[in-house]
Amino acid sequence: MSQSQSVWIICFLLSLVLCPLFPAVINRTKAFFAGRHGPRYLQVYYDIFKLLRKGSVYSRTATDVLRLAPMAVLGALLTAALLFPFGMTESPLAFCGDFILFFYLLGLARVMLVLGALDTGSSFEGMGSSREMQFSAFAEAVIFCILAFLVLLTGRLHLTGVLNGFDVGAWIVSGTSMLFVAGAFFLVMLTEACRVPFDDPETHLELTMIHEAMILDYGGPDLGIILYSSYLKLWMLASFFVMLVLPVSSGDILSNVLAYFSGMMLTAVGIGVLESIMARFRFLKIPQLLIGAFCIALAGIILMLVFDGGVQ
Amino acid sequence: MTGFPEIILAAILATDLILVSASRLLHCIRIVAIQGFLLGILPLVLWQWDESLPHAELLVVSAVNIAVKCFLLPYLLRRTMHSANVKRELEPLVGYSISLLILLCGMVCAFIFGSNLPVTNFSVSPLVSPVAFTTMGAGILMIVGRRKAITQVIGFLVFENGIGIFGAGMMLQYGLIVELGILLDVFVLVFIMGIAVFRISREFDHIDSDRLNRLGDFPAEVTPRTGDDK
Repeated sequence: MSQSQSVWIICFLLSLVLCPLFPAVINRTKAFFAGRHGPRYLQVYYDIFKLLRKGSVYSRTATDVLRLAPMAVLGALLTAALLFPFGMTESPLAFCGDFILFFYLLGLARVMLVLGALDTGSSFEGMGSSREMQFSAFAEAVIFCILAFLVLLTGRLHLTGVLNGFDVGAWIVSGTSMLFVAGAFFLVMLTEACRVPFDDPETHLELTMIHEAMILDYGGPDLGIILYSSYLKLWMLASFFVMLVLPVSSGDILSNVLAYFSGMMLTAVGIGVLESIMARFRFLKIPQLLIGAFCIALAGIILMLVFDGGVQ
Repeated sequence: MTGFPEIILAAILATDLILVSASRLLHCIRIVAIQGFLLGILPLVLWQWDESLPHAELLVVSAVNIAVKCFLLPYLLRRTMHSANVKRELEPLVGYSISLLILLCGMVCAFIFGSNLPVTNFSVSPLVSPVAFTTMGAGILMIVGRRKAITQVIGFLVFENGIGIFGAGMMLQYGLIVELGILLDVFVLVFIMGIAVFRISREFDHIDSDRLNRLGDFPAEVTPRTGDDK
């Protein structure tokens, strides 16, 4: 096993352990802006362990899909994580076209969550599912636009190559299009991870929920698994964003990993600041914003093609 | 190679996208002011491109552009907005998402045609003519796709900004004359439209320009609406 692969394994395990810290940092930032002290960083872990120790109660109208959904969600996300080059390393499982598998595994997780929600027969969960599917349909177009941009930029066809295949030079040569694409991905990341301008993770009103509405019927270990899965998903999307805007290629693995984790930290703080200064958008406004993200991603591709013809 | 002109032009492209999808008039006016500012500093960054250009002329163009397009016209528009008591565009003829998609198609066309134009050889950056055409397209879209007279005035302003970009990027030697001509045009038109909007809103309680169709020789069938949507 090469050094790069062992570093990947360490980063992978670290990511699995650290991913609940990401929302904790966001919450602390929000608490700081609101003048509160905020929960401890470890509170997220305590919550998950508390949930895992509890028993489960299932609705009598629900079938086994409800019980299957949390494990399927976690399984799909863990499989997706195996393909992801955490910490700017190289995933040993990378193959050509794996980014399509990666994003559709995220899609599979979403579908399982939606099926579980529909299985309960609750109208609130139906509303949440409908919104989730609608917004993800828009988000998918943006994501594949961004992937097309990255493939044109690097000329490689796997997630590892696409995210590690460019260096600071890309920002100097086609900085504007990189900026457009990074902005578009940031919007998509917030949508997919149900963060503030699109969905409020702390809302207590069922009518305005998206993600939370779908998990209303879960309790105990199932809820814990779903919460952990959503943290893992946020972590992966944020990693994608960090590797997009932080093209470190110093060659030194340790400094790469350090840059990656500090980048993740900064992203969490950034999301926290954004959530503190913004209110949630109306639902009608969200598709429009995602179409806007699609426009700027496409504009990024066009700008790059006009300038230096893409594949080097 | 990405230089300052490219960054400014890309920012103008982004403001076009925001303008077409914004519903609040105050927001629109602010974005137009930003666009005017970007257009104003565009001649300044051209200095680094060609040292032989007349500096004083560029400075005058830039200063006048910023003064008029970033401060004076937005101020007038905001005053008109308050006096006509309109806050937002409620029912646009073309929806915001659709406008975005139309502008996207327009942008793609502008890049295809703009990069094939022979005039590109004189331009500062390959982005100039596509961005100029996209901005003009955004302006036209706002003129035909919105109901309120103020939004149409803003659309006209955006259209003129597009012409300004084209002028700044293409015809450097006649820059001053072209710019001053455009500015005079815009100023007079915004002035007249400001008065017109104020008059219309005082007479009719609203500034929906499409209801002026009723004034034609063949009276159009317009169902009367309650007057609370101004």
